[in-house]
Amino acid sequence: MILADCLAGLVVAACALALIHMLRSPLWSRAVSGFRRRPGAMFAVAVLGLYSLVAIADSFVLPARAGQPPETILDKLFARPQERTYSAPLAERTSEATPQPLLGRHILGTDGLGNDVLYRTLKGVRTAFLIGGATTLLVLPLALIFGLLAGYFGRWVDDAVQYVYTVFDSIPNILLLIAIMFVLGQGLLQMCLALGLTSWIGLCRIVRGETLKLRERGYVTSARALGYGSGRIIVRHILPNLLPILIIYATLSFSRLVLAEVILSYLQVGVPEYVGSWGNMIDAARLELTREPVIWWNLASATVAIFLLVFSLNVISDELRDGIDPSLRGA
Amino acid sequence: MLRYLVRRIFYAGPILLGVCLATFALFYLSVSPEQMARRNISAKNPTQAQIRDWLVARGYDKPLQEQFTRHARSLFLLDFGKSDSTGEPIAQRLRQGAVPSLIVGSGVLFGSVGASVILALFVAAFRGTYVDRWATVLCVAGMSVTVLVFIIAGQYLFGKLLVWFPLAGYQSGIGGLRFAVLPILVGVASALGANVRFYRTVILDEMGKDYVRTARAKGVSEPRVLFVHVLKNAAIPILTSFVLSLPFVVTGSLLLESFFGIPGIGSYMVDAIDGQDFAVVRAMVFLGTVLYLVGAVLTDVSYALVDPRVRLE
Repeated sequence: MILADCLAGLVVAACALALIHMLRSPLWSRAVSGFRRRPGAMFAVAVLGLYSLVAIADSFVLPARAGQPPETILDKLFARPQERTYSAPLAERTSEATPQPLLGRHILGTDGLGNDVLYRTLKGVRTAFLIGGATTLLVLPLALIFGLLAGYFGRWVDDAVQYVYTVFDSIPNILLLIAIMFVLGQGLLQMCLALGLTSWIGLCRIVRGETLKLRERGYVTSARALGYGSGRIIVRHILPNLLPILIIYATLSFSRLVLAEVILSYLQVGVPEYVGSWGNMIDAARLELTREPVIWWNLASATVAIFLLVFSLNVISDELRDGIDPSLRGA
Repeated sequence: MLRYLVRRIFYAGPILLGVCLATFALFYLSVSPEQMARRNISAKNPTQAQIRDWLVARGYDKPLQEQFTRHARSLFLLDFGKSDSTGEPIAQRLRQGAVPSLIVGSGVLFGSVGASVILALFVAAFRGTYVDRWATVLCVAGMSVTVLVFIIAGQYLFGKLLVWFPLAGYQSGIGGLRFAVLPILVGVASALGANVRFYRTVILDEMGKDYVRTARAKGVSEPRVLFVHVLKNAAIPILTSFVLSLPFVVTGSLLLESFFGIPGIGSYMVDAIDGQDFAVVRAMVFLGTVLYLVGAVLTDVSYALVDPRVRLE
């Protein structure tokens, strides 16, 4: 749990840094102000903001009362009494053969164990953000360091880096993911590690390619002629030009990671069951459609929650790409 | 061509060696054999003797060098050995599962490439209009729904409500095809969003080129420009994505097969994950890797076949 809290802190700090950077640079503020004229983009930003609020509300622990487990703000606001079993959204009785009165009101109904579906869905937000955020934090430095070194120094460094990523890339992604999760066992950290190890290659390739191009630019050559060291040239002159690609890639990969979590959890190599996650919800819900009456609300709320987040992220990354670098359109 | 092939196969050596080392580190160094035994033995508290027997029976008690040799053998010669939990030869199960996986996998592959290229051409023909804009939005929406939901919803809608297809199951022979239709449809539908979007950009890229203007100026009809001139030139990216997904035709789609109860290679792996069977998971990783490398060579060869400008030397 402490580990998850540290990860959460890191994710928040990284997002804040990225936001500050974006607001300060003229290129980004132009792209962002373009958002205002596009209702789709505004909608996506609003959804993302709402999700972030939920994730943040789920991260602050309220002072615990004596004899009670610690609660987050989200628990305080949305926790509902546990019922006996399934109940439909806004129903007053459970969906059993002999319906029993419910203890409380459940806007999205309850699942098989009697847990409130809305609460479970909201609990999944933080898990998704943690997985997406922490993995991206692992991927960015890995891809950046290797990609920059390979692209800038070339020769044997380039050969070595290319060899390493070709090796990783030859193992089909999903198989490698499953194998790593299978060997390391279920868990949040394991998942970030597995997802990180399988998704840095794409970005590394892009960074290497871009660095190869940037290295030949006039300002880099003049910096070298002025006698600047390689470290300074990489950090001050090449890295800033890579930032747009990095942020676009991070947004896009975030949405892929959320989807990957769902699949891994279904295959029983995801996060453990006690961690609220959308993958676990869908996994539990997959047999419910065959019941009579049909239990659809569990599956539906998890699906809608995933859909809204991933859709918004996809829209935002598309908009950023179009705003920042039209040449990347459709890449 | 032959020289190129030989060289490519020669190049695959070091890569396989790297894969061999990486997977050895993953499967043998990051988890101790005793842990493997504990996870695989179904008894809740296995005794030391039980664990020892399990290790000896499967050869996990040998020194690391010997284990490595065995590991390398199974990757380079595709000699997979026996399953950890049932003891049956893995190769035999793979052979049994290959046909069902091949039917579903090739159906999904051909279906999705065919459907998405045609749809992408259609969307590209309407570029810049409302059709194009809404199609793009729909594609992004399709990309944002997990495969699991496509499967569950498809199964519910066509298998249970409409009863057009059997819900799940498999049968060998011609009669089995009706079991394959629904998984194929669902597989095609779930990949449609991402594919159409990708092919649309590829096609739009081609449509901006000079030869398209020339063809139009010559009076070639718009459908002919799209389906003959543009499609031919867009073949390389389409082929790449086609060949790179070839390994999955054989290894099967894990999710589709396990949901629809198709006894293919994919559901074999899902069972192996459930049964904590390390040997089978390892075998699947090796099989996938080798197929991927073969697929990469095939991609290059197919470039040369499709595009006369590409010479393999």
